[in-house]
Amino acid sequence: MRQDKNVGKPLDRVDGRLKVTGGAKYFADNHMEDLQHACLVCSTIASGRIKSIDTKAALHAPGVLDVVSHLNTAPAPGYKQPDGKARRQLRIFADDRIYANGQPVAIVVANTMERAVYAASLVKIQYEQEVHHTDMRANDKAAYQTDRMKDYVRGTTDAWKTAPVQLEASYSTPIEVHNPMELAGIIAKWDGPDNLTIWSKTQGVKNSQVALREIFQIPDQNIVVHSPFVGGGFGMALRIWPHEIATIIAAKKVGKPVKLVISRDQMFTMVGHRPAADQKIGIGATQDGQLVGITHEAIASTSTYEDFTEAITSMSRFMYACPNVNTRYKIVPINVCTPIWMRGPGEATGAFALESAIDELSYKLGMDPLALRVKNYAATDPEKNLPFSSNYLREAYEMGAAKIGWNNRPANPRALKEGDWFVGYGVSTGVFGAHRGKASAGAIFKSDGSLVVQSATTDIGPGTATAMVQIAADATGISPNHIQFQLGESTFPDAPEQGGSATVSTVGSAVHDVCQELKTKLLELATTHIPDFKNSTPENSTFENGYLVTAGDAGKMEISLSDILQKSNTPVLQVTTTSKAGDERKKYSMYSFSVHFAKVHVHASTGIVRIKHVVSVADSGTIVNSKTAASQMIGGVVGGIGMALTEEAVLDHRYGRYANNNFGDYHVPVHADTPPTDILFINKKDPVINPMGSKGMGEIALIGFAAAVSNAVYNATGKRVRDLPITPDKLI
Amino acid sequence: MNPFSFVRANSPKAAIDAVSKGDNSRFIAGGTNLLDLMKNGVMQPEKLVDINNLPLKDIQLSKDKLHIGALALNSTVAADNQVKAQFPLLSQALLAGASQQLRNMATVGGNMMQRTRCSYFYDTAMPCNKRQPGSGCGAIGGVNRMHAIFGASDKCIAVHPSDMCVALVALDATVLVTGPKGERKIPFADFHRLPGDTPEKDNNLGKGELITAVEIPNNPYTKNIYYLKVRDRASYAFALVSVAAALELDGNVIKSARLAMGGVAHKPWRLAAAEQSLIGKTATEENFRVAATVAMENAKAYEHNSFKLQLAPNSIVTALLKATSV
Ligand SMILES: Cc1cc2nc3c(=O)[nH]c(=O)nc-3n(C[C@H](O)[C@H](O)[C@H](O)COP(=O)(O)OP(=O)(O)OC[C@H]3O[C@@H](n4cnc5c(N)ncnc54)[C@H](O)[C@@H]3O)c2cc1C
Repeated sequence: MRQDKNVGKPLDRVDGRLKVTGGAKYFADNHMEDLQHACLVCSTIASGRIKSIDTKAALHAPGVLDVVSHLNTAPAPGYKQPDGKARRQLRIFADDRIYANGQPVAIVVANTMERAVYAASLVKIQYEQEVHHTDMRANDKAAYQTDRMKDYVRGTTDAWKTAPVQLEASYSTPIEVHNPMELAGIIAKWDGPDNLTIWSKTQGVKNSQVALREIFQIPDQNIVVHSPFVGGGFGMALRIWPHEIATIIAAKKVGKPVKLVISRDQMFTMVGHRPAADQKIGIGATQDGQLVGITHEAIASTSTYEDFTEAITSMSRFMYACPNVNTRYKIVPINVCTPIWMRGPGEATGAFALESAIDELSYKLGMDPLALRVKNYAATDPEKNLPFSSNYLREAYEMGAAKIGWNNRPANPRALKEGDWFVGYGVSTGVFGAHRGKASAGAIFKSDGSLVVQSATTDIGPGTATAMVQIAADATGISPNHIQFQLGESTFPDAPEQGGSATVSTVGSAVHDVCQELKTKLLELATTHIPDFKNSTPENSTFENGYLVTAGDAGKMEISLSDILQKSNTPVLQVTTTSKAGDERKKYSMYSFSVHFAKVHVHASTGIVRIKHVVSVADSGTIVNSKTAASQMIGGVVGGIGMALTEEAVLDHRYGRYANNNFGDYHVPVHADTPPTDILFINKKDPVINPMGSKGMGEIALIGFAAAVSNAVYNATGKRVRDLPITPDKLI
Repeated sequence: MNPFSFVRANSPKAAIDAVSKGDNSRFIAGGTNLLDLMKNGVMQPEKLVDINNLPLKDIQLSKDKLHIGALALNSTVAADNQVKAQFPLLSQALLAGASQQLRNMATVGGNMMQRTRCSYFYDTAMPCNKRQPGSGCGAIGGVNRMHAIFGASDKCIAVHPSDMCVALVALDATVLVTGPKGERKIPFADFHRLPGDTPEKDNNLGKGELITAVEIPNNPYTKNIYYLKVRDRASYAFALVSVAAALELDGNVIKSARLAMGGVAHKPWRLAAAEQSLIGKTATEENFRVAATVAMENAKAYEHNSFKLQLAPNSIVTALLKATSV
């Protein structure tokens, strides 16, 4: 009676039905007695001071309880440390300083949402304006380096300049805004002066708890954070933002629970974004395509009050077997909100430059860009000087090339036409660290045979609970139908935020380990309480289909797990385990890899680009759920289409204000932009990273994709677009 | 959003009376534009007069014209068999606009009256002469990639965003209006205005006047037509440039032509001179190119929209080629 494995199967999402029937409760769906509604008043200047706030009309508007600002509230106690420097998180209501346009400066609380919104429009603010900078390029003299991202040199600096074949090119990527469908916000409720409960849009309930502990100086156990469903995040909910603190302060001041849902335009100015970046790549090779040197330099934007850095230049250090590599990365402060990692984060920005440059070099060499990549394949990590825990890139190149029909790619640009449309093919590689953090999980097994596993992780959409159920099912031999995975509660065992493609690896390992622990406990109960099983050992026993099966002298004996509890008089068996990586991370370099192929059509006279076919191949170890994994990849591809073709947050630098802060003007791809997309998996277990052998996938789904498109556009038209997004005006 | 009152009118007269009385009253049809503008504080009517109960939804083909009630839905008109057979350019233009969900709400009258999508008009923290006369034009010297290349003034360089209207101006439609002073007819080309010194006025509809219908005279443009819309994504985006092209061919010779552009001016932009240049010519790419050059006379670009000087003529040629290759 061996049980089929669950890991790898396309199990339907365990919460799918709830989601499509409206049964899933997102933060804003919570209602409670006396709930008040809030609306933020935001700055209309980009730098300066608040001179005055006139709240008279707002306070007289119907239903208004209060208008809270720095003028009538004490700053949160955690902000109080004397520190003259501005380089730390925005301290809402702490002072009169304005760092960015759209910065929240006051919060109106009223008894309905409409009244709060109306009253907010009546608040009149006078400013003392100072000079602002929102144009990163114009302000690049202010670029500086931080300790987090030092210069890197392997071999000789700028060795590419000595190579027989050389390329130097500059690439730029604009500010992109995460823009998940669900708007950010929070419900804050105080029970007494020291007990706070929040329902909020966050990718990390423990993160929020820790941040609130610091800011409000109350102990962890007095802070409860609920975030069981998150309507997309892409990174924007990886930290606490000022609007959350503002709402919590307001709730305390009015003595009632308060709900805030921010508006779409506010999503542009207060919950982060992908920073703008300008990159320069110098790359050189021998005549036969052996890389000699890569120099990768980048500047990227940050806010004026915090240093935000990400791994824009990292990929160039290890992606290819190149003896000489140097990278340099600086950040430029501008008057916008602090950026935050956006799916694929800095690696996606960097991959656009590196993988475009590799493509450009291939034409200089007269070499197939795929062959150039394979020729410079790094069998071991040249940066860390370690073997990869697993790396099936060459298989991935082959699989993808076959599927897209790479043979049909013309060697020269502008050589293939279908009707009015030029046709081109492009390829690019993506890579992202395969992480494993520390997490805990609890298992609660009841005598009715049901298992509940809990961990304080979140699910921003990949289907975390479903994957965890599959891992737990295989680890315990209990049917997935009898397993529930619960997440999104700060009271559950500790887990990190959902980010960096690490949840399956980190939390999945904890789930795996707690299930092992549970089996040990069940075996102990059986051996001590049930005579037939007194000789059961881990060696002679297995857990299958909800039974403990022991091979004894008289043949196989089995007992259901619920019988073990009943016969041992144990109504509930509860175990908790903490799980983390070990020394293996010092011995191996661990990465997930992806290869993206795109076939595009470019209209000859209007410059319209249509992606006709996408093939993306993921080397991310064991695939836990083939259906949700494919969805995850497709989602990344759609994000990549946005990065390549449509997404750009446009600032009017005169005012430091966004000019397209809505879904009509900030273009995320629509269905008609998304072509038939084939997702292929290597699906080979990584032998060292974690018990499942699974590497992360969320980021590699997007990393590199934009370069595959721009490379295809070049192949089609002979026009190299180095400034994203590739809109029609850049191609006519 | 400001507080406002709401009434539902049961006759055109009641609607006109209700709107004429208030200082700041508005008809509301599908609400897909007006509500957005109210939420953004761009328009702040004190009273909304719901006209959805008025009997203005008919689509009727008679022997010399097509009559479309002002409250006919964009989706209904686009899918109407008579429209598809006799006025396919209109159907194509409608389907190029907005999204299916919006078209299911949007009315013909509302579509004509929709306001510009210029971001300075939409952001009450920025200057805009159209929203707040005298405050300046934010788009001049600002972000103006989407803006006008024809007929703009130093007060306003916004464009009219409609697709439907580009087809209607090409097809010589007439707007039927009734108001406090009675009924009148406005040729479609005279309905919308250029900005001049009064960009706050989008069109020539008087206070309290209600659009009741649009009429299109019968025409021979049933086959060689094409509505081309160039935009930043495949659907659900406003035009960078759009072209409505219709040809009447005798063999390969052009007997008559209609051409209009969207996304280039404060009003749907009819290209009369370019049309003239095509008459009697053969339908070849060279002749289309000549017409496109004629069409571009007097075009003027701003900092971010100079690409339209190339995209617009290319689009005219492309649309004409498409119209002939059916
Ligand atoms: C995200 C988005 C994308 C869009 N994309 C496009 C696009 O690509 N192409 C395009 O063409 N359009 C587009 N639209 C605009 C859409 O076509 C208009 O919103 C719609 O046509 C307006 O019609 P309505 O009936 O909803 O008008 P309402 O919003 O009800 O009214 C608009 C205005 O018209 C007035 N009005 C309405 N009916 C009459 C009447 N009978 N007489 C006098 N005045 C009247 C109202 O008083 C109001 O001032 C888009 C809209 C949105 C929101």
